[in-house]
Amino acid sequence: MSGILASMIDGLLIGSVYGLAAMGLSLIWGVMDVINLTHGAVIALGMFGMYILFAAFPVNAYLLLLPVIAAGLLLGLLIYWIAVHWVIGRSQLSSLLSTFAVNMMIIGIGTAIWSTSPYNVNFTLRGITVGAYTFDGNHLAAAGAAVIIGLALELFLYRTRPGKAIRAVADNREAAELMGISSTMVLALAFAIGIALAASSGALVSTLFPFTILSGAGYQMKSFVVTVLAGLGKPLGALVAGVLLGLLEGAVTPFIAVSWIPLIEFGLFVVVLVAFPKGIFARATA
Amino acid sequence: MILRRPVFWLILVFAALMAFVPLHANNVSMREDLILVAIAIILASNLNLMIGYTGYVNFGHIVFYGLGGYVGLYLATVRSWNLVLAALTAGLVVSLFALALGMGILRLRGAYFALATIGVLQAVQSFVANFDPWGRSTGMYVAFDAYERLGGARHALWTTYFLVIGVMALSMILSLGIKISKFGLGLFAIREDEDAALVLGVNTTVFKAIIYSVSAFLPAVAGALMFYKNGMIDPSIAFEFMLSLEGIVMLMLGGKGTVVGAALGGGLYEKLRSYLLTSPKFSNFQLVIAGGLLLLVVLFAPGGLIGWLYRLVPRARKVIE
Repeated sequence: MSGILASMIDGLLIGSVYGLAAMGLSLIWGVMDVINLTHGAVIALGMFGMYILFAAFPVNAYLLLLPVIAAGLLLGLLIYWIAVHWVIGRSQLSSLLSTFAVNMMIIGIGTAIWSTSPYNVNFTLRGITVGAYTFDGNHLAAAGAAVIIGLALELFLYRTRPGKAIRAVADNREAAELMGISSTMVLALAFAIGIALAASSGALVSTLFPFTILSGAGYQMKSFVVTVLAGLGKPLGALVAGVLLGLLEGAVTPFIAVSWIPLIEFGLFVVVLVAFPKGIFARATA
Repeated sequence: MILRRPVFWLILVFAALMAFVPLHANNVSMREDLILVAIAIILASNLNLMIGYTGYVNFGHIVFYGLGGYVGLYLATVRSWNLVLAALTAGLVVSLFALALGMGILRLRGAYFALATIGVLQAVQSFVANFDPWGRSTGMYVAFDAYERLGGARHALWTTYFLVIGVMALSMILSLGIKISKFGLGLFAIREDEDAALVLGVNTTVFKAIIYSVSAFLPAVAGALMFYKNGMIDPSIAFEFMLSLEGIVMLMLGGKGTVVGAALGGGLYEKLRSYLLTSPKFSNFQLVIAGGLLLLVVLFAPGGLIGWLYRLVPRARKVIE
């Protein structure tokens, strides 16, 4: 019994990192109606970003999140100008394919540099022992960092002018433009923030598990599941739904092989989409 | 009438050339090159039924090819069935699977469906990798005596080649047939405006499920033939995500929604890929180049090569469909 409990607590901690990744996807999806298929590749870049930074500056790995986030913002602007700006307002097919093309290019370059062999960030925080069980220090720190970043985004969206502008454009782009908001700037900003969130979640994952350049794909799938669980454009909801998914994974892993998890996640994804097309947090009347 | 379409005869001539040129030259390496081209055309043409005709992106199209390979190989080796029968049964089984799956996930509109197809791929792969009768992650091998029934390995390879060419021709004819049928019109209506199509009496859920299932049949047959020819199958080669994506690149490159475009893109891209893979300079950058190509086509020439031809020579629309 304590084994399940421990596994669930672990799942809960990791789930907050899933939630952070999903927040990025959800923000971009909600604001500009673009399903960002570079998501998984950017998560992988976040992992390798952390790896490179930690190799160069062996300080506390969680401090290195800040440069990863900054680099993520720049990368986000770059991807926006290359692949997204031109297809805003065109059919969803175009943005799916254009972001997908960038995904292929990132994975291709990454494979050429790092091959597909596993890497890890060799940094360990001391755990906290409660009774018979020791909580892994890295898991606690990663979960803490994910929650802090998530709350910071929420504050940004609801308490600052640029944040308000992002929400305004998400609600009604034309009306926002009539109020003097430059929607191009806002879309670029929202995209950059979404990419930075994905990169930072990748950086957090890299302190927990070994990773390869292809590892992002699995987290991308989890992000989709979490995003549809939470409903679009609800970043904080995505964080909560991520924790739920982690909890669920933690609850089932003692009983079944890990390799079945994609099947379960996919089943969940389809069932939720068909049964609750607006997410489980949507009000019945909305 | 399909017989009055010039493209129909073009397809037959093309298939005949593909079949007889390597046979006449008795050139095995040419045959091996062309079989990959034929597979690319089969995948791109059938993917076109979803992306080009119906406007639904299927990122996991390769699932059909891989599952067909598994079912076909299982029947042809473990159960010792005749190859053609095994391949057709594989096609049928996979089509039925797609129909059942499609009734569920095709309730999802547009992008949600596209995401679900990524999930289908991962889920099927993880199922097969855990499925005992199919050898889990080590896969299955063709025992050598399975080739004896086709008159020895040498003979069997030529036979499978001709069968694959036949499937390729059928894929293109199927695309043409659907394009000029009333069913095809229904699909185009869904692509242009699904709500309007629904109001005008197109049963969109059924249409989408049927086309999803139809687009599964020939790739599954081709998968059964191809993996039989290769002599082995395992989950990572059967469900190679990369190939699924390259199918999309091929289709966009040639021109989605057209019969010739899908084939042209498939053939050209396959040639490009085999060049890239063998060139020492670019072999690591195959994905980068494919991605770049896709990006350029999506941003600047959404109609692909055929769309470009239509703009250049508007009358070409009448002949090249």
